Amino acid sequence: MSFQKSTFHHPRLKVNDLGLTYRDYEGALSTLCAGCGHDSITSAIIQACYELSIEPHKVAKMSGIGCSSKAPNYFMSKAHGFNSVHGRMPSVTTGANMANQALLYLAMSGDGDSASIGFGQFAHVVRRQLNMVYMVANNGVYGLTKGQLAATADKGVKNKAGEISLFNDIDLCSMALQLGASFVARSFSGDKKQLVPLLKAAMSHRGFAFIDIISPCVTFNNHPASTRSYDYVHDHITTAAVTDFIPIKTEITTDCNVGDCEDICLHDGSIMRIKKLDSEYDTRNAHKAIMDIEEHKKKGEILTGLLYFKPTASHFHEINNTCDTPLNQLTQDALCPGARILSGINDSFR
Amino acid sequence: MSKHNEKSLHKQTLHKQTLSKKSPNNKELPQACQAINEFVIRFANTNGTGSASANNMFAKAILRMGIPVSAKNIFPSNIQGMPTWYEVRISEKNYLGRRGGDSELVVAMNSQSINDDINSVKVGGYLLYDATKALNSEQIRGDINYLGIPISAICLKEYSNPRQRQLFKNVIYVGALAALLDMDFAILKDLVKDQFKGKEKLITPNIYALELGYQYAKQQFICPLPIKVESRDLLNNRIMVDGNTATGLGAVYGGATVVGWYPITPSTSVIEKFASYCARLRIDPATGKKNYAIVQAEDELAAIGMAIGGGWNGARAFTATSGPGISLMAEFLGLAYFTEIPVVLVNVQRAGPSTGMPTRTQQSDVLCCAYASHGDTKQVLLFPQDPHECFELTAQAFDLADQLQTPVIIMSDLDLGMNDHLSTEFKWDDNKKYQLGKVLSTEQLDELEVYGRYLDTDGDGICYRTLAGTHADKGAYFNRGTSRNKFAAYTEKSADYIDNMERLTKKLTTASQLVPQPIIKQGKKIAKIGLIYYGTSSHAITETIDHLKEHGLSADTLRIRAFPFNGQLEHFISKHQEIFIIEQNRDAQMKSIIVNECQIDPNKLNSILHFDGLPITSRFIEQAILTHFEQQSSTQQAS
Repeated sequence: MSFQKSTFHHPRLKVNDLGLTYRDYEGALSTLCAGCGHDSITSAIIQACYELSIEPHKVAKMSGIGCSSKAPNYFMSKAHGFNSVHGRMPSVTTGANMANQALLYLAMSGDGDSASIGFGQFAHVVRRQLNMVYMVANNGVYGLTKGQLAATADKGVKNKAGEISLFNDIDLCSMALQLGASFVARSFSGDKKQLVPLLKAAMSHRGFAFIDIISPCVTFNNHPASTRSYDYVHDHITTAAVTDFIPIKTEITTDCNVGDCEDICLHDGSIMRIKKLDSEYDTRNAHKAIMDIEEHKKKGEILTGLLYFKPTASHFHEINNTCDTPLNQLTQDALCPGARILSGINDSFR
Repeated sequence: MSKHNEKSLHKQTLHKQTLSKKSPNNKELPQACQAINEFVIRFANTNGTGSASANNMFAKAILRMGIPVSAKNIFPSNIQGMPTWYEVRISEKNYLGRRGGDSELVVAMNSQSINDDINSVKVGGYLLYDATKALNSEQIRGDINYLGIPISAICLKEYSNPRQRQLFKNVIYVGALAALLDMDFAILKDLVKDQFKGKEKLITPNIYALELGYQYAKQQFICPLPIKVESRDLLNNRIMVDGNTATGLGAVYGGATVVGWYPITPSTSVIEKFASYCARLRIDPATGKKNYAIVQAEDELAAIGMAIGGGWNGARAFTATSGPGISLMAEFLGLAYFTEIPVVLVNVQRAGPSTGMPTRTQQSDVLCCAYASHGDTKQVLLFPQDPHECFELTAQAFDLADQLQTPVIIMSDLDLGMNDHLSTEFKWDDNKKYQLGKVLSTEQLDELEVYGRYLDTDGDGICYRTLAGTHADKGAYFNRGTSRNKFAAYTEKSADYIDNMERLTKKLTTASQLVPQPIIKQGKKIAKIGLIYYGTSSHAITETIDHLKEHGLSADTLRIRAFPFNGQLEHFISKHQEIFIIEQNRDAQMKSIIVNECQIDPNKLNSILHFDGLPITSRFIEQAILTHFEQQSSTQQAS
């Protein structure tokens, strides 16, 4: 990248528990189009990580290919990142996580990356319950190749070139619910107030967390015929439940009606507060969530917020019964059985 | 000889009806085959009937008599009901390649294939068959000896359970062979005991079945036959094992912890064996938890993706595949090459293209692996010849991948991977330490003023890498398949791109010095002929050299063990007048690479290409060489 970001910052910027400022969580200067929803997601991730006092170097930023997948370059430059091949971020993340379960895996994908070329890998990483945050920046179009329709585009909508989406769309939240994800949410890049707490909750969740983030493409899918434009989403958004994230040792204050509020203690002792905006909504019922998504869609609404949450979920390493030491830190002594055992093995082949 | 032969084989007048059909035209039978410890037995069975384990027991019994033996399982891509063959070559001369040609003894247990099987008996050889159903007149050859045993009838009488009736057929003929070939019966009994350790109930009935066959043969035929075995002490501590087991074990010893894989014949057992050794050897004693993770992936793309993710994060990671899996993995191999991630891929080659012949062997992925993926790529390949090298080179592959920060592909094949081979035992030196390559520690990063992921500080084309989580402020970089500068930042600048690509070339030159060197065998005086070969073709070479000597031809040999090559191959080629490159593919793939990489005139290189899906034979190689010289001399005479 030819642009250099200024390293100058205000001397009295607020610091978090680690003594890091917001700017310590930033990345390279974005090369996405001005106004791109993905940049808002980037900024929400930065805010969430800063506020959660996540150590940047304990994060692995994973992505595939597409506009969405460039985003990890634009946050947390002190974290390692892996921009892999198109649609294959889930397998690379699986392997990386197998090797080192001590990192926080923040993965960014797009609608083409996850709902088309990588649909199989998406499905299987959900099945495997990998401990990761899987974000999809969903704008309904292929940005880098200039505006072709994506599989998440609503049937019947037109792209900027006037081409109509002829086939049924794929709803990734419904898929994730179907396949057993333990945290499923949908949000909107333009609603940071909702997105940041959801991201924090997803990052604190131990298990597979999926967030589909509607993220308008200002260049190719922000026109009046689109159902992924800023205007359309603002007008049609509806929310089931939102989360508040209360870090450990923070005093809990009540600001919602009893009955519509649920506090869940997470594995690290922090509290996730679920606030139901629709008192009928049940965040513990995956099957009903799929139906609710569908019903809202029929009404022309986009259901957002926390859709499903299972606080006691298990994850890949628990299922696999992997040792607690990350595999990449095991030494030769632990790994190599040595010559004496080999001699016994030789004898079994005589 | 015909009648004499029949009578000499059958002590009594049993099976007279069958016997009377044997030489209907009253032709003289040629002399019966005679051999001690130097012949081939071919078992013709139906797959899914349990014959493989009985046949394997037979081969192992020969081994335990101290006689060199090789066994080839020639099986269909099918689970039950198709013809399958098992070819055992017994050779005290240590000729352990497939011999080719007809067999001295054929055990014909499959009525579907029996006509072909009868025709595959060498003139003067023997056919052991199930005489429950009489052979028809077309199945009677005048020039071979028939050993009929009513195996089905015996089983019907002895066993009530249908599965037993089937399974024990195999054990009965092994028992009969023990008598006919003068095998050590006690060894067979020991093998049964070994095989059913933990399932003791099965030992007695199996030994009983062996004895049924043994006694029948003893009573009905003059035992032993003129072809027979005699105990020797010729193994020199060798073991008999298949290459996939060795590869799986090599990965355990090499320190592999992360595996993504997708089942595909003939590579599947690499991972299955790795998993079973890990379950034995890699469980943390304190917690009972696994010191490894294996995921059966959704496809080969995900399998290699996982291995690459694991390699990027500093674990020793690998996957194994065959044929179509290699094609699917190509994109990821390009990513790992370009982003410089260590990963090991085991390719157990089978006959292509496309689905090809999934249960037949070939060396036909050499080109597509050497240059796997789009763009200018070049991969590191290792070519093991036997289980010993499968073990050794697999363990070494993890060192090489870490040292070179690039994929290392182990080029096995179905013959090596799935057949049992007599091989030097596995060796491990406890003083040998894993070579983890250039990975910066927290302390090293602390001391570093400037870090660039792609800075070639040492001038060998290999840069220093860092692992996520190592240092709070230094060493993080964005790993990307796009072009980048020395600091891992995206760039489309031509100079940066060229610089990086040229450094990768330099790295492959470094690789050529680190990889296993070729094995060259030549006398003080350089021979006229130079044979170049790799992988399983080596099993036919000793025999080839001996037979060429009989024709007054001497040959030096060079066995390629790795790609990229260094100067030794070119030197060998330049020193020999006649070069033959022996390969198991149609298109002379290794020759293409040699021509391409070493800038050698293709006319200087003669190809011997065997690609019918079965392991190459020395007869095939000899024939090709002799024909070459015959043609050469007739051309010279003509001119």
